Amino acid sequence: MPVTCKEDKRHLMAQVAGELDHHGARSVMEELDRRIDQARPRELTLDLSGLTFTDSSGIAVLLRTYRRMAQSQGSMRVVNTPAQAGKVFKAAGLERIIRFE
Amino acid sequence: MKIENQVALEFPSRSANEGFARTAAACFAAQLDPTLEEVNDIKTAVSEAVTNAIVHAYPDTLGKILLKLRIREGGTLEIVVKDWGVGIADVEQARTPLFTTGNEERSGMGFTIMESFMDTLKVRSAPGRGVVVTMARKISRRAGR
Repeated sequence: MPVTCKEDKRHLMAQVAGELDHHGARSVMEELDRRIDQARPRELTLDLSGLTFTDSSGIAVLLRTYRRMAQSQGSMRVVNTPAQAGKVFKAAGLERIIRFE
Repeated sequence: MKIENQVALEFPSRSANEGFARTAAACFAAQLDPTLEEVNDIKTAVSEAVTNAIVHAYPDTLGKILLKLRIREGGTLEIVVKDWGVGIADVEQARTPLFTTGNEERSGMGFTIMESFMDTLKVRSAPGRGVVVTMARKISRRAGR
């Protein structure tokens, strides 16, 4: 479950690719934690263009990452959400909390 | 309704089998010629049900999970996920959105997703008696088939 990151000043861009389920969720959370701790970004952009599948594990990853950013007064936006993932997030009402663009 | 085709898969509660189970379900469903969205809905619901069994049914041990897939007359896909684990004391509570007994890797949205992606969802359980999740989804006939 690869996470690829790019940093520009205090903006962190993280791409999550492949299938994000319970089996791979922990390693994605840990990697995002590590990168957020290192970069201390003001803004995090999560690019999901390479996400081929997710289930409610993806909801947990997004909520946890959103909370982490909020704790450090940072913001988070999610871009390029594929249709399958979008349907899962919508079923959970995530668009009321998280900024999808 | 008459069963036209069926398959049963048994596997241990290893998390690596989440991907296997949903992919197997999608492959079996392919004979109904579903749309991409229908395939994705089936994969998502199977992933939730199997993950529940892997995470909750056998907390300290590996146990058996059975995935049964059936095609019923008229083009309905029926999915049964069965375990022989600890069971659920209060099924209604477990189905409540955001309720989870898991850690922060779990969102508590598993049953909500299964409900919204399938036409029907039944959950049968009792403490110590395992869980049987039965879901069904009618695959719509497309023009030109």
